[in-house]
Formats: sequence, structure tokens, C-alpha cells
Amino acid sequence: MIEVEHLEKRFVAWQKRGVLRRERREVPAVDDLTFSVAGGTVCGYIGPNGAGKSTTVKMLTGILVPSAGRVAVGGLEPSRQRIKLARRIGTMFGQRVQLWWDLPLIDSFELLRHIYRVPAARFRENLATFRELLELDPFLQTPVRQLSLGQRVRGELTAVMLHDPEVLFLDEPTIRLDVDAKERVREFLTEVNRERGVTVLLTTHDLADIERLCNRILMIDRGRLIYDGDVDDLLARYGGERTLVVDLEEPVAPLEVPGARVERVDGPRQWLRFRRDETSAAAVTAAVAQRAKLVDLALEEPDIEEVVRRIYTSQPRESQPPRSSLL
Amino acid sequence: MADSVRVYLWLISAAIRAQLEYRVSFALDVIGMFLVTFLDFVAVLVIFHNVPQLGSFTVAEVAFVYALSAMSFALAEFAVGHLDALSEMVRTGSFDVMLARPRGTLFQVLAADFRVRRLGQLLQGAAVFVYAVGALDVPWNAARIAMVVVTVLFGAAIFSAVWVFVICVVFWAIEGREASSAFTYGGQFLTQFPIEIYSQWLRRFLAYLVPMAFVSYFPSLYMLDKEDPLGLPSFLRFSAPIVAVGAAIVAGAMWRFAVRHYRSTGG
Repeated sequence: MIEVEHLEKRFVAWQKRGVLRRERREVPAVDDLTFSVAGGTVCGYIGPNGAGKSTTVKMLTGILVPSAGRVAVGGLEPSRQRIKLARRIGTMFGQRVQLWWDLPLIDSFELLRHIYRVPAARFRENLATFRELLELDPFLQTPVRQLSLGQRVRGELTAVMLHDPEVLFLDEPTIRLDVDAKERVREFLTEVNRERGVTVLLTTHDLADIERLCNRILMIDRGRLIYDGDVDDLLARYGGERTLVVDLEEPVAPLEVPGARVERVDGPRQWLRFRRDETSAAAVTAAVAQRAKLVDLALEEPDIEEVVRRIYTSQPRESQPPRSSLL
Repeated sequence: MADSVRVYLWLISAAIRAQLEYRVSFALDVIGMFLVTFLDFVAVLVIFHNVPQLGSFTVAEVAFVYALSAMSFALAEFAVGHLDALSEMVRTGSFDVMLARPRGTLFQVLAADFRVRRLGQLLQGAAVFVYAVGALDVPWNAARIAMVVVTVLFGAAIFSAVWVFVICVVFWAIEGREASSAFTYGGQFLTQFPIEIYSQWLRRFLAYLVPMAFVSYFPSLYMLDKEDPLGLPSFLRFSAPIVAVGAAIVAGAMWRFAVRHYRSTGG
């Protein structure tokens, strides 16, 4: 469904040299990227900030023209066949509002129906499905500017699905959402992937998104692919340690829990670190509850930056990776 | 084509509904715009009161030229005035959102807004027109009346094309808006006066390079039944539609070129 071969994107940067002179310099944002994603996959496209994720997505959707290399999405060349392609894909930018800010949410859907030429019957059918799935009814008549972030994202998800896209490109779809809203987004994406066979490529900083949604991971750093493989393997090898933060009723001595170690104690609060391949959050929680009165708890995942760091430290760039999944 | 017109109307009506969400600000805008343009005209009247003749044009004749230009300009502002917001669209990324949709980008930018608040300017132009027609002894007939309509509409098209052409600067320098609006607003100011009063090189520039003379000056010569004091060929009086089509084609090509540049630099 998505094919990328030796893709490159260089941006021109002007560097100051003296008062009036500036020097032209080309900065590679995406550097010799090759991968392909089969139809029906949910693929996580991850990497630290500035790694080139958004630039790649923009080239895949025809917003930017590649400097070199080849891109094909659904058999089309995005930059040349932008309008044709746009009808077959859905693009959502986490930070940008695509809905009409001052109008009721329903009006945006109606306008998109015209922009995408969705047949009236199909539109009604889809809208009915998503109204139920995302529980849009309470705010369908509310101007978009008055929606909460969570409601707005639900609106945006509906907006990108109305024209039955074959591929969804989602740039940070869960950014800044609360736990409940994140869960809703994930459920929705799982649903459209399963029921409609939609291929999804999403960028995210949230490891939980990746665990819950993706069956394939592409990780890039400085414009180059550094990992291509499945999620379990990535997390097991480089996922690092998770931390369970527990609030106890009263301060106690550091807890002794199999598979976990207490990293920090602050009054009644303790931080327990554990490896995901040795024990589970549920087992650690149960063990803690046996030993002390538990008031509250939170699970902290390592962030993408830490995963990237681990890939580098365990796999020096120069040496040949032992596994085929490591590039 | 019919589909595009329908979608355009849908989007424009959405933009107008959005503006009406802020009723007070909308009303103040219309009133303010009317006052400003009215004062503008008073200033012109004061000048002409003291200088009864400008070149070979009387005050009423100048008002006639001015009114045609003002009405065209107001119509152009309705349709493309919000191109001002293009640098904002590029900067905030809403232009990327447009690139992700299955429609042309210029189409989407133009359909993004409609400056109803420029109504004041249109009314003012119409008022000056009524005054000029009352003061002049125009030999009216069906052809001349049709000419007024054609002139105003194609004049608006010419202004719009120049605007689109000039705003493309934004794709090279996001903050280029100031430079280009100096050009377009300045251009409108020039067409408000008969071009005869400008010096030779500027006159050539206006008549041949910048197609704005076609907006009101040449058509006015026809309607007022005047000899061209510059002695330019008389077919120019009817060339506004051709100039408008040519300007639109050039502006469209420039837009496509600029967007391609944007897409390969990443803004």
C-alpha cells in the first residue's frame, strides 16, 4: 500500500556569514529511506523530535515534493497525483484544526462531503456509524471553537473517515489528550482497521499507543531508518524498564516485590522499576497490595527518546546488526 | 465545473455564517469601512474643487473613472481580498491542510473567506457613480449600460488576477505580504485618476505592463465619448475582457509555479 525507495528530502538553510553574506547549506531531513507497508497494517512511525517523521508523512500525502527517491501510495505518486490521492487517503495533523472553527461540528462534515464528493447515501451511513462509535451526538451542534480537545479530536477522526479512505496518515493523534480520550482514539482506530481494513500510519510519542495499536514499527532518527520490525520485539529488547508509582496509606520501608526494585521513596510514595519481560504491572500491583495499603497508583512508560538511546547503546552504528529486523 | 461552483458557494456561505457569529464586530467593520472610503472621496473632492480641470478631464469625469475603479476594486476584495491571510495560512499550516484535500489550492484559499464587510466600499463606489452620471451628460444607450456592467466585472477580474500574482511572493518570503499589498493598494490608487496625469514612462507601465488601465480608464473614454488625450488606439477601449482572461491565465500559472516551489522547499 505504501512504498518508499531511497527517499530523500533536503531543506535549504541559510547560514549567516558576516553582515550581508549568507551561505546556502542543504540539510537532510529525510535521508535514503526505504520501506514498504502492506495494506491493512497499523504501522507506528516513531522517532525523536526532529527525526523527519512529519516530513516523511508530508511526502507520502503529496504536501511536499521529495528531493530524490520514489514514493507510491496505493499505486499513485503523491506529489504528481495529489488530488487523486487525496480522495483515497485521510490525513490528520494532531496540532492543526481541520474543522471549521466557528461553525457547528456537523457543518464541517457537510462541507467535507462536498469537497470530497461523497455520495449522499454513503455519507449518511458513515456519519451514523461514527456518531455512535465516537458518541458525537451531545456536541454535534456545538461550534468547534467551544469543543474540548478530546471532543475536537473525535470530530477530526470522523472528518478524515467520511470519504472511506484506504489509508490514514495520523500525525500525533493522541497528543495532549487525557487518558480517557486517548483510549477512545485507540479503540476507534482499532475498529476502523479491523472492520474496514484501513491501513494506518501514525506518528506518536506515546509508547502505549504503539503497544495497543501497532503491529509494525518503523523507527527513524536523523532522517534514517533505525528499526523496522514488530512491536513486542522492540519493547522487549529496548522498551526499558517501566515504573509503577504507588501511593500508600502511610510511609513504610522500601517494599520487596519479586521482579521489581524500589528506586525511590518519598514519604508514603514509592517508585518500583521492573522489566516488562520479567513481570507484569498487574503482578507488581498485586504484590504491593499484599504488603501495604494501596491508595493510588500510576504506571510510567519509558519515552521514545529512551528507546532510541537504548537502540544506539546496545547496537553501535558501525557494527552489523545481528537480526534482519535491525537496519 | 458545475461541481466546483457548487462547492465554492457552499464554502463561501460557510465563511459568511462564520463571520456572522460575531455580529457586532461585523457591523462595526462595515460602518468603519464606509466612513473611511467616504472620507477618501471627500479628500478627492476637495482637491478637484480647487483644481477644476485635471488634464482634459472635468471633475465629474474623474469621478466617473474613480467610481468604476472603486466598484471593481470592491468586488475584487469580496472575492480575493482575504489573500492577505495567505502568509498566515502558510505559517500556521492550514495551507498544508488544503494540500491534503482533493481540490486545487487557489480554489480552496479563495473559497476560505468572503469579505462581506467590504460592502461599505461597494456602496461608496456606487454613490460616486450615481453622482458622476448625474453631473455628466452621458449619451446612454443599451451598449453603454452593458459596458458599465462588463467593465466593472472584468475590472474586478483584472484586480483579482494582479492580486493573486503578487501574493505569490508569500511562498518565497512568508512575510512578503507587506511588500505586495503596497503594490496592489497603490495600484488601485493610481486607477482612480486618469492616467494622463502621470509621466510618460509610468503611463506606459500602467497601460501595457500593469493591466489596470483597462479597469476603468479605457472603458470610460468609450462611455464618455472622449478622444484619448494620449492618442492610444481606440480598440483598447473594448479590450478589458481579453486583458482579464490573459491576466487570469498568467496569475494562475504564477500560482502553480509558486506552490510547486513551496512544496519543494517545505515553506
